Amino acid sequence: MMEWFAENPVLSGIIKAVVLFAVPMQIVPGLIYFERRICAWIQDRKGPNRVGPIGALQPLADVVKLLMKEDIAPKGVDRAIYVLAPALVFIPSMLAFAIVPVGMDLQVFNPNSGVIFAITIGSFAVYGLSFGGWASNNKYSLLGGLRSSAQMISYEAALFLALMSALMMAGTVDLNVVVRDQIAHGWNIWRQPVGAVLFLVASFAETNRLPFDLAECESELIGGYHTEYTSMKFAMFFLGEYIAMITMSALMVTLFLGGWSMPTFLLTIVHDWFGVAISFDQVTLGTMFWSIVFFSAKTSALLFLFIWVRWTLPRFRYDQLMRLGWKVMIPVALANLAITATVIVLMED
Amino acid sequence: MGHDAHAEPEKKPGKLGLLGKAYLPAIAQGLLHTLGHIVKWDHNTLNYPDEKRAPFPGYRGEHRLTRDEQGREKCVACFMCSTVCPAHCIEIVAEEAPWPDREKRPKIFNIDMMRCIYCGMCEWACPCEAIELTEVFNIPVRTRAEKIYDKERLLSN
Repeated sequence: MMEWFAENPVLSGIIKAVVLFAVPMQIVPGLIYFERRICAWIQDRKGPNRVGPIGALQPLADVVKLLMKEDIAPKGVDRAIYVLAPALVFIPSMLAFAIVPVGMDLQVFNPNSGVIFAITIGSFAVYGLSFGGWASNNKYSLLGGLRSSAQMISYEAALFLALMSALMMAGTVDLNVVVRDQIAHGWNIWRQPVGAVLFLVASFAETNRLPFDLAECESELIGGYHTEYTSMKFAMFFLGEYIAMITMSALMVTLFLGGWSMPTFLLTIVHDWFGVAISFDQVTLGTMFWSIVFFSAKTSALLFLFIWVRWTLPRFRYDQLMRLGWKVMIPVALANLAITATVIVLMED
Repeated sequence: MGHDAHAEPEKKPGKLGLLGKAYLPAIAQGLLHTLGHIVKWDHNTLNYPDEKRAPFPGYRGEHRLTRDEQGREKCVACFMCSTVCPAHCIEIVAEEAPWPDREKRPKIFNIDMMRCIYCGMCEWACPCEAIELTEVFNIPVRTRAEKIYDKERLLSN
Protein backbone atom coordinates (compact mmCIF):
# COMPACT_ATOMS: atom_id res chain seq x y z
CA MET A 1 0.00 0.00 0.00
CA MET A 2 2.67 2.47 1.08
CA GLU A 3 4.90 1.33 -1.78
CA TRP A 4 2.08 1.81 -4.24
CA PHE A 5 1.64 5.38 -3.03
CA ALA A 6 5.35 6.00 -3.43
CA GLU A 7 5.43 4.50 -6.91
CA ASN A 8 2.46 6.44 -8.26
CA PRO A 9 2.97 9.99 -7.08
CA VAL A 10 0.50 11.55 -9.52
CA LEU A 11 -2.37 9.17 -8.87
CA SER A 12 -1.82 9.11 -5.12
CA GLY A 13 -1.60 12.88 -5.18
CA ILE A 14 -4.98 13.09 -6.87
CA ILE A 15 -6.51 10.64 -4.39
CA LYS A 16 -5.10 12.56 -1.45
CA ALA A 17 -6.30 15.86 -2.89
CA VAL A 18 -9.82 14.58 -3.41
CA VAL A 19 -10.02 12.96 0.02
CA LEU A 20 -8.53 15.92 1.84
CA PHE A 21 -10.88 18.23 -0.02
CA ALA A 22 -13.91 16.11 0.68
CA VAL A 23 -13.24 15.46 4.35
CA PRO A 24 -13.21 19.09 5.57
CA MET A 25 -16.25 19.74 3.40
CA GLN A 26 -18.03 16.93 5.21
CA ILE A 27 -16.82 18.11 8.60
CA VAL A 28 -18.31 21.57 8.12
CA PRO A 29 -21.99 20.51 8.39
CA GLY A 30 -21.16 18.52 11.50
CA LEU A 31 -19.31 21.48 12.89
CA ILE A 32 -22.27 23.76 12.26
CA TYR A 33 -24.54 21.23 13.95
CA PHE A 34 -22.27 20.96 16.97
CA GLU A 35 -21.87 24.71 17.14
CA ARG A 36 -25.63 25.09 17.35
CA ARG A 37 -26.03 22.30 19.88
CA ILE A 38 -23.16 23.46 22.09
CA CYS A 39 -24.31 27.07 22.05
CA ALA A 40 -27.77 25.86 23.03
CA TRP A 41 -26.37 23.79 25.90
CA ILE A 42 -24.35 26.75 27.14
CA GLN A 43 -27.52 28.84 27.11
CA ASP A 44 -29.54 26.09 28.86
CA ARG A 45 -31.47 25.31 25.68
CA LYS A 46 -31.75 22.09 23.70
CA GLY A 47 -30.77 23.23 20.22
CA PRO A 48 -31.91 21.69 16.94
CA ASN A 49 -33.24 18.19 17.67
CA ARG A 50 -36.08 17.76 15.19
CA VAL A 51 -34.58 16.88 11.81
CA GLY A 52 -33.37 13.32 11.79
CA PRO A 53 -32.05 11.48 14.84
CA ILE A 54 -31.09 13.99 17.55
CA GLY A 55 -31.33 16.68 14.89
CA ALA A 56 -28.22 15.49 13.10
CA LEU A 57 -29.73 16.16 9.67
CA GLN A 58 -30.38 19.82 10.46
CA PRO A 59 -27.35 21.04 8.43
CA LEU A 60 -28.66 19.06 5.45
CA ALA A 61 -32.02 20.77 5.75
CA ASP A 62 -30.19 24.10 5.98
CA VAL A 63 -28.27 23.35 2.81
CA VAL A 64 -31.50 22.52 0.99
CA LYS A 65 -32.98 25.74 2.28
CA LEU A 66 -29.96 27.75 1.11
CA LEU A 67 -30.11 26.14 -2.33
CA MET A 68 -33.79 26.98 -2.70
CA LYS A 69 -33.34 30.61 -1.67
CA GLU A 70 -33.56 33.24 -4.34
CA ASP A 71 -30.16 34.59 -5.31
CA ILE A 72 -30.51 38.34 -5.00
CA ALA A 73 -27.86 40.87 -5.98
CA PRO A 74 -28.68 44.39 -4.88
CA LYS A 75 -28.61 47.37 -7.20
CA GLY A 76 -25.25 48.93 -7.92
CA VAL A 77 -23.03 46.01 -6.97
CA ASP A 78 -19.74 45.54 -8.74
CA ARG A 79 -20.87 42.32 -10.33
CA ALA A 80 -17.56 40.57 -11.02
CA ILE A 81 -16.02 41.27 -7.62
CA TYR A 82 -19.31 40.57 -5.90
CA VAL A 83 -19.36 37.05 -7.33
CA LEU A 84 -15.64 36.52 -6.83
CA ALA A 85 -15.55 37.45 -3.14
CA PRO A 86 -17.12 34.31 -1.60
CA ALA A 87 -14.76 32.09 -3.59
CA LEU A 88 -11.80 34.18 -2.45
CA VAL A 89 -12.74 33.51 1.16
CA PHE A 90 -13.27 29.82 0.64
CA ILE A 91 -10.39 28.77 -1.62
CA PRO A 92 -7.39 30.10 0.39
CA SER A 93 -8.49 28.34 3.58
CA MET A 94 -8.96 25.13 1.64
CA LEU A 95 -5.53 25.47 -0.01
CA ALA A 96 -3.86 26.18 3.31
CA PHE A 97 -5.30 22.95 4.67
CA ALA A 98 -3.57 21.02 1.91
CA ILE A 99 -0.11 21.27 3.47
CA VAL A 100 -1.16 20.25 6.99
CA PRO A 101 -0.04 16.70 7.75
CA VAL A 102 -3.26 15.09 8.94
CA GLY A 103 -1.51 11.78 9.48
CA MET A 104 2.00 10.49 9.53
CA ASP A 105 3.65 12.13 6.49
CA LEU A 106 0.18 12.41 4.98
CA GLN A 107 -0.46 15.72 3.31
CA VAL A 108 -1.63 16.66 -0.14
CA PHE A 109 1.66 18.27 -0.97
CA ASN A 110 4.73 19.30 0.92
CA PRO A 111 6.29 22.39 -0.62
CA ASN A 112 9.74 23.55 0.38
CA SER A 113 8.23 26.65 1.91
CA GLY A 114 6.17 24.41 4.22
CA VAL A 115 4.01 26.23 6.68
CA ILE A 116 4.93 29.62 5.23
CA PHE A 117 2.89 28.60 2.18
CA ALA A 118 -0.14 27.96 4.38
CA ILE A 119 0.11 31.31 6.13
CA THR A 120 0.69 33.22 2.91
CA ILE A 121 -2.18 31.58 1.07
CA GLY A 122 -4.40 31.78 4.13
CA SER A 123 -3.92 35.51 4.33
CA PHE A 124 -5.50 35.86 0.88
CA ALA A 125 -8.86 35.34 2.59
CA VAL A 126 -8.75 38.99 3.62
CA TYR A 127 -9.23 39.90 -0.04
CA GLY A 128 -12.46 37.96 -0.08
CA LEU A 129 -13.79 39.77 2.94
CA SER A 130 -12.81 43.26 1.84
CA PHE A 131 -13.92 42.63 -1.77
CA GLY A 132 -17.27 41.40 -0.50
CA GLY A 133 -17.64 44.50 1.62
CA TRP A 134 -16.52 46.81 -1.16
CA ALA A 135 -18.56 45.33 -3.99
CA SER A 136 -21.85 45.13 -2.10
CA ASN A 137 -22.62 48.86 -2.40
CA ASN A 138 -23.69 48.97 1.22
CA LYS A 139 -22.35 51.07 4.10
CA TYR A 140 -22.45 48.22 6.58
CA SER A 141 -20.69 45.85 4.23
CA LEU A 142 -18.01 48.41 3.51
CA LEU A 143 -17.39 49.01 7.20
CA GLY A 144 -17.24 45.27 7.82
CA GLY A 145 -14.82 44.78 4.96
CA LEU A 146 -12.56 47.62 6.12
CA ARG A 147 -12.57 46.35 9.67
CA SER A 148 -11.74 42.83 8.60
CA SER A 149 -8.84 43.95 6.44
CA ALA A 150 -7.34 46.08 9.21
CA GLN A 151 -7.88 43.36 11.77
CA MET A 152 -6.48 40.53 9.71
CA ILE A 153 -3.39 42.47 8.68
CA SER A 154 -2.69 43.42 12.30
CA TYR A 155 -3.12 39.95 13.67
CA GLU A 156 -1.32 38.25 10.84
CA ALA A 157 1.90 39.80 12.14
CA ALA A 158 1.32 38.38 15.61
CA LEU A 159 0.28 35.04 14.14
CA PHE A 160 3.40 34.78 12.06
CA LEU A 161 5.70 35.80 14.92
CA ALA A 162 4.08 33.25 17.23
CA LEU A 163 4.42 30.62 14.54
CA MET A 164 8.11 31.48 14.11
CA SER A 165 8.75 30.61 17.75
CA ALA A 166 7.46 27.09 17.12
CA LEU A 167 9.40 26.75 13.88
CA MET A 168 12.63 27.89 15.57
CA MET A 169 12.39 25.06 18.07
CA ALA A 170 12.62 22.58 15.19
CA GLY A 171 14.77 24.78 12.96
CA THR A 172 12.69 24.02 9.88
CA VAL A 173 9.47 24.96 8.10
CA ASP A 174 8.66 21.35 7.17
CA LEU A 175 5.65 20.49 9.31
CA ASN A 176 6.47 16.78 9.49
CA VAL A 177 9.89 17.62 10.87
CA VAL A 178 8.26 19.99 13.36
CA VAL A 179 6.06 17.11 14.55
CA ARG A 180 9.02 14.71 14.76
CA ASP A 181 10.90 17.31 16.78
CA GLN A 182 7.96 17.45 19.17
CA ILE A 183 7.99 13.66 19.49
CA ALA A 184 11.63 13.84 20.47
CA HIS A 185 11.54 16.87 22.78
CA GLY A 186 7.96 17.27 24.00
CA TRP A 187 5.09 19.33 22.68
CA ASN A 188 5.77 22.93 21.76
CA ILE A 189 2.96 24.12 24.00
CA TRP A 190 5.20 23.27 26.99
CA ARG A 191 8.34 24.65 25.42
CA GLN A 192 6.66 27.73 23.92
CA PRO A 193 3.60 28.49 26.10
CA VAL A 194 3.61 32.19 25.24
CA GLY A 195 3.86 31.44 21.55
CA ALA A 196 1.03 28.94 21.81
CA VAL A 197 -1.31 31.40 23.53
CA LEU A 198 -0.43 34.14 21.04
CA PHE A 199 -0.99 31.80 18.11
CA LEU A 200 -4.35 30.71 19.48
CA VAL A 201 -5.55 34.27 20.07
CA ALA A 202 -4.30 35.43 16.68
CA SER A 203 -5.99 32.50 14.98
CA PHE A 204 -9.30 33.55 16.53
CA ALA A 205 -8.76 36.95 14.93
CA GLU A 206 -7.66 35.45 11.62
CA THR A 207 -10.82 33.35 11.33
CA ASN A 208 -13.03 36.30 12.32
CA ARG A 209 -14.47 34.36 15.21
CA LEU A 210 -15.68 35.86 18.42
CA PRO A 211 -14.31 37.67 20.42
CA PHE A 212 -12.81 39.18 17.26
CA ASP A 213 -15.74 39.03 14.84
CA LEU A 214 -15.61 42.77 14.22
CA ALA A 215 -16.05 42.13 10.50
CA GLU A 216 -19.43 40.51 10.99
CA CYS A 217 -20.62 42.21 14.12
CA GLU A 218 -24.35 41.42 13.87
CA SER A 219 -25.43 43.96 16.45
CA GLU A 220 -23.66 46.91 14.79
CA LEU A 221 -23.19 46.03 11.13
CA ILE A 222 -26.11 43.64 10.51
CA GLY A 223 -23.87 41.04 8.88
CA GLY A 224 -20.81 43.08 7.97
CA TYR A 225 -19.23 42.04 4.71
CA HIS A 226 -21.90 39.43 3.90
CA THR A 227 -24.94 41.62 4.59
CA GLU A 228 -25.89 41.72 0.92
CA TYR A 229 -25.21 38.08 0.14
CA THR A 230 -27.93 35.51 -0.19
CA SER A 231 -28.35 31.88 -1.06
CA MET A 232 -25.27 29.85 -1.96
CA LYS A 233 -22.99 32.90 -2.10
CA PHE A 234 -23.73 33.45 1.56
CA ALA A 235 -23.20 29.75 2.15
CA MET A 236 -19.75 30.04 0.57
CA PHE A 237 -18.79 32.75 3.07
CA PHE A 238 -20.10 30.56 5.83
CA LEU A 239 -18.20 27.57 4.51
CA GLY A 240 -15.05 29.65 4.23
CA GLU A 241 -15.29 30.70 7.86
CA TYR A 242 -15.63 27.14 9.06
CA ILE A 243 -12.92 25.76 6.79
CA ALA A 244 -10.64 28.51 8.08
CA MET A 245 -11.49 27.36 11.59
CA ILE A 246 -10.56 23.79 10.72
CA THR A 247 -7.34 24.89 9.03
CA MET A 248 -6.30 27.07 11.94
CA SER A 249 -7.05 24.32 14.45
CA ALA A 250 -5.08 21.86 12.35
CA LEU A 251 -2.12 24.24 12.16
CA MET A 252 -2.28 24.89 15.90
CA VAL A 253 -2.32 21.16 16.56
CA THR A 254 0.61 20.55 14.23
CA LEU A 255 2.74 23.37 15.53
CA PHE A 256 2.06 23.30 19.26
CA LEU A 257 0.16 20.14 20.19
CA GLY A 258 2.33 17.47 18.67
CA GLY A 259 0.47 17.09 15.36
CA TRP A 260 -0.23 13.46 14.53
CA SER A 261 1.85 12.14 17.41
CA MET A 262 0.87 11.28 20.96
CA PRO A 263 2.90 11.23 24.18
CA THR A 264 4.26 7.85 25.21
CA PHE A 265 1.91 7.31 28.15
CA LEU A 266 -1.12 7.65 25.86
CA LEU A 267 0.48 5.25 23.40
CA THR A 268 0.75 2.68 26.19
CA ILE A 269 -2.95 3.22 26.97
CA VAL A 270 -3.78 2.53 23.32
CA HIS A 271 -1.53 -0.53 23.54
CA ASP A 272 -3.37 -1.78 26.64
CA TRP A 273 -6.87 -1.18 25.26
CA PHE A 274 -6.55 -2.09 21.61
CA GLY A 275 -3.48 -4.26 21.70
CA VAL A 276 -1.62 -2.31 19.03
CA ALA A 277 1.90 -1.17 19.52
CA ILE A 278 2.52 2.12 17.79
CA SER A 279 5.91 3.51 17.09
CA PHE A 280 6.43 6.54 14.94
CA ASP A 281 9.75 5.27 13.60
CA GLN A 282 8.41 4.07 10.27
CA VAL A 283 5.31 4.64 8.19
CA THR A 284 2.97 1.66 8.16
CA LEU A 285 -0.76 1.41 7.57
CA GLY A 286 -1.41 0.92 11.30
CA THR A 287 0.56 3.92 12.47
CA MET A 288 -0.96 5.93 9.65
CA PHE A 289 -4.45 5.08 10.90
CA TRP A 290 -3.65 5.86 14.51
CA SER A 291 -1.86 9.06 13.64
CA ILE A 292 -4.98 10.23 11.79
CA VAL A 293 -7.07 9.32 14.84
CA PHE A 294 -4.79 11.28 17.18
CA PHE A 295 -4.73 14.25 14.85
CA SER A 296 -8.53 14.27 14.46
CA ALA A 297 -9.05 14.01 18.20
CA LYS A 298 -6.80 16.95 18.92
CA THR A 299 -8.28 19.05 16.13
CA SER A 300 -11.80 18.30 17.33
CA ALA A 301 -10.85 19.39 20.83
CA LEU A 302 -9.54 22.67 19.46
CA LEU A 303 -12.64 23.17 17.36
CA PHE A 304 -14.68 22.68 20.50
CA LEU A 305 -12.55 25.37 22.11
CA PHE A 306 -13.32 27.69 19.19
CA ILE A 307 -17.06 27.15 19.65
CA TRP A 308 -16.83 27.30 23.43
CA VAL A 309 -14.98 30.62 23.37
CA ARG A 310 -17.43 32.06 20.89
CA TRP A 311 -20.40 31.48 23.15
CA THR A 312 -18.59 32.68 26.26
CA LEU A 313 -16.98 35.98 25.39
CA PRO A 314 -18.45 39.29 24.32
CA ARG A 315 -17.05 41.10 21.32
CA PHE A 316 -14.06 43.40 21.61
CA ARG A 317 -14.47 47.06 20.90
CA TYR A 318 -12.56 48.10 17.79
CA ASP A 319 -9.95 50.25 19.54
CA GLN A 320 -9.45 47.51 22.14
CA LEU A 321 -8.88 45.05 19.34
CA MET A 322 -6.26 47.23 17.70
CA ARG A 323 -4.57 48.02 21.01
CA LEU A 324 -4.40 44.34 21.88
CA GLY A 325 -2.98 43.51 18.48
CA TRP A 326 -0.35 46.20 18.12
CA LYS A 327 0.55 47.14 21.68
CA VAL A 328 0.36 43.78 23.41
CA MET A 329 0.53 40.82 21.09
CA ILE A 330 3.18 41.94 18.62
CA PRO A 331 5.64 43.23 21.27
CA VAL A 332 5.15 40.10 23.38
CA ALA A 333 5.60 37.91 20.32
CA LEU A 334 8.78 39.79 19.35
CA ALA A 335 10.16 39.50 22.88
CA ASN A 336 9.30 35.81 22.92
CA LEU A 337 11.06 35.35 19.61
CA ALA A 338 14.17 37.21 20.81
CA ILE A 339 14.36 35.18 24.01
CA THR A 340 13.86 31.93 22.09
CA ALA A 341 16.58 32.85 19.62
CA THR A 342 18.98 33.78 22.42
CA VAL A 343 18.34 30.57 24.33
CA ILE A 344 18.76 28.46 21.20
CA VAL A 345 22.08 30.13 20.39
CA LEU A 346 23.30 29.75 23.99
CA MET A 347 22.30 26.07 24.07
CA GLU A 348 24.27 25.38 20.93
CA ASP A 349 27.49 26.67 22.46
CA MET B 1 -31.52 30.60 41.77
CA GLY B 2 -28.88 31.67 44.23
CA HIS B 3 -27.77 34.62 42.13
CA ASP B 4 -28.03 37.32 44.74
CA ALA B 5 -26.35 40.47 43.56
CA HIS B 6 -25.91 41.70 47.11
CA ALA B 7 -24.28 38.53 48.40
CA GLU B 8 -20.93 39.30 46.81
CA PRO B 9 -18.74 41.88 48.50
CA GLU B 10 -18.55 45.07 46.51
CA LYS B 11 -15.34 45.46 44.60
CA LYS B 12 -13.84 48.86 44.25
CA PRO B 13 -13.31 49.90 40.66
CA GLY B 14 -9.59 50.19 40.30
CA LYS B 15 -6.68 49.26 38.17
CA LEU B 16 -6.79 45.82 36.63
CA GLY B 17 -3.15 44.97 37.10
CA LEU B 18 -1.04 43.10 34.61
CA LEU B 19 -2.95 39.83 34.93
CA GLY B 20 -6.30 41.56 34.48
CA LYS B 21 -5.07 43.46 31.44
CA ALA B 22 -3.96 40.20 29.87
CA TYR B 23 -7.67 39.17 29.85
CA LEU B 24 -6.70 35.52 30.18
CA PRO B 25 -7.67 34.81 33.83
CA ALA B 26 -11.07 36.42 33.31
CA ILE B 27 -11.54 34.49 30.07
CA ALA B 28 -10.68 31.23 31.82
CA GLN B 29 -13.22 32.07 34.52
CA GLY B 30 -15.87 32.72 31.88
CA LEU B 31 -15.06 29.51 30.05
CA LEU B 32 -15.44 27.52 33.26
CA HIS B 33 -18.79 29.20 33.87
CA THR B 34 -20.16 28.26 30.46
CA LEU B 35 -18.73 24.76 30.77
CA GLY B 36 -20.65 24.52 34.04
CA HIS B 37 -23.85 25.22 32.12
CA ILE B 38 -23.09 22.43 29.65
CA VAL B 39 -22.30 20.00 32.45
CA LYS B 40 -25.34 21.00 34.51
CA TRP B 41 -27.55 19.81 31.64
CA ASP B 42 -30.61 21.63 32.91
CA HIS B 43 -32.54 22.77 29.86
CA ASN B 44 -35.38 25.23 30.07
CA THR B 45 -36.77 24.36 26.64
CA LEU B 46 -39.77 22.06 26.25
CA ASN B 47 -40.05 19.90 23.15
CA TYR B 48 -43.26 21.77 22.54
CA PRO B 49 -45.60 19.68 20.43
CA ASP B 50 -44.50 16.52 22.24
CA GLU B 51 -44.36 17.94 25.74
CA LYS B 52 -46.83 20.56 26.85
CA ARG B 53 -46.64 22.78 29.85
CA ALA B 54 -49.69 22.69 32.14
CA PRO B 55 -51.44 26.08 31.86
CA PHE B 56 -51.21 28.33 34.86
CA PRO B 57 -54.40 28.79 36.92
CA GLY B 58 -56.31 31.77 35.61
CA TYR B 59 -54.82 31.46 32.12
CA ARG B 60 -56.88 33.46 29.63
CA GLY B 61 -57.36 31.53 26.41
CA GLU B 62 -60.24 31.33 23.95
CA HIS B 63 -63.81 31.99 25.07
CA ARG B 64 -66.61 29.62 25.78
CA LEU B 65 -70.36 30.24 26.15
CA THR B 66 -71.75 28.20 28.99
CA ARG B 67 -75.05 26.36 29.20
CA ASP B 68 -77.40 26.00 32.13
CA GLU B 69 -78.67 22.67 33.51
CA GLN B 70 -81.38 22.48 30.83
CA GLY B 71 -78.84 22.81 28.06
CA ARG B 72 -79.82 26.36 27.08
CA GLU B 73 -77.17 29.03 26.69
CA LYS B 74 -76.94 31.15 29.82
CA CYS B 75 -76.46 34.33 27.83
CA VAL B 76 -79.38 36.78 28.04
CA ALA B 77 -78.01 39.16 25.40
CA CYS B 78 -77.51 42.02 27.83
CA PHE B 79 -74.60 43.43 25.77
CA MET B 80 -72.48 43.96 28.89
CA CYS B 81 -69.53 42.05 27.45
CA SER B 82 -69.58 43.78 24.08
CA THR B 83 -69.85 47.16 25.85
CA VAL B 84 -66.92 46.54 28.13
CA CYS B 85 -64.76 44.92 25.48
CA PRO B 86 -61.78 47.22 24.83
CA ALA B 87 -61.08 45.65 21.45
CA HIS B 88 -64.69 45.76 20.22
CA CYS B 89 -64.49 42.18 19.10
CA ILE B 90 -67.88 40.91 20.33
CA GLU B 91 -70.87 41.24 18.04
CA ILE B 92 -74.31 40.37 19.48
CA VAL B 93 -77.71 40.43 17.83
CA ALA B 94 -80.53 39.75 20.31
CA GLU B 95 -83.84 38.06 19.76
CA GLU B 96 -86.81 37.34 22.01
CA ALA B 97 -86.28 34.33 24.20
CA PRO B 98 -88.81 31.48 23.86
CA TRP B 99 -88.47 30.74 27.58
CA PRO B 100 -90.45 32.41 30.38
CA ASP B 101 -87.50 33.04 32.76
CA ARG B 102 -85.73 35.62 30.55
CA GLU B 103 -86.62 38.23 27.99
CA LYS B 104 -83.83 37.89 25.40
CA ARG B 105 -81.30 35.48 24.06
CA PRO B 106 -78.56 36.01 21.48
CA LYS B 107 -79.47 35.27 17.88
CA ILE B 108 -75.95 35.97 16.73
CA PHE B 109 -72.95 35.92 19.05
CA ASN B 110 -69.68 36.42 17.20
CA ILE B 111 -66.27 36.93 18.69
CA ASP B 112 -63.45 37.98 16.38
CA MET B 113 -60.54 36.04 17.89
CA MET B 114 -58.06 37.96 15.75
CA ARG B 115 -59.09 41.20 17.41
CA CYS B 116 -59.55 39.85 20.91
CA ILE B 117 -56.76 40.79 23.30
CA TYR B 118 -57.69 38.08 25.81
CA CYS B 119 -58.06 40.55 28.65
CA GLY B 120 -60.95 38.68 30.26
CA MET B 121 -63.09 41.75 30.89
CA CYS B 122 -66.09 40.13 29.20
CA GLU B 123 -65.91 37.39 31.80
CA TRP B 124 -65.84 39.99 34.58
CA ALA B 125 -68.71 41.99 33.13
CA CYS B 126 -71.05 39.09 32.50
CA PRO B 127 -73.90 39.05 35.09
CA CYS B 128 -74.92 35.44 34.39
CA GLU B 129 -71.52 33.73 34.11
CA ALA B 130 -72.43 33.00 30.53
CA ILE B 131 -69.05 33.74 28.97
CA GLU B 132 -65.75 32.54 30.30
CA LEU B 133 -62.20 32.10 29.09
CA THR B 134 -60.81 28.61 28.68
CA GLU B 135 -57.21 27.44 28.68
CA VAL B 136 -57.24 26.67 24.96
CA PHE B 137 -54.83 28.87 23.03
CA ASN B 138 -53.49 26.92 20.08
CA ILE B 139 -56.23 26.46 17.44
CA PRO B 140 -54.74 27.21 14.01
CA VAL B 141 -56.91 28.11 11.03
CA ARG B 142 -56.27 28.75 7.35
CA THR B 143 -58.30 31.93 6.87
CA ARG B 144 -59.11 34.92 9.02
CA ALA B 145 -62.82 34.28 8.59
CA GLU B 146 -62.48 30.97 10.40
CA LYS B 147 -61.14 32.79 13.42
CA ILE B 148 -64.46 34.67 13.85
CA TYR B 149 -66.23 32.27 16.19
CA ASP B 150 -70.03 32.12 16.03
CA LYS B 151 -72.42 31.07 18.75
CA GLU B 152 -72.32 27.35 18.02
CA ARG B 153 -68.53 27.35 17.96
CA LEU B 154 -68.36 29.20 21.26
CA LEU B 155 -70.93 26.93 22.87
CA SER B 156 -68.97 23.88 21.83
CA ASN B 157 -65.66 25.29 23.05
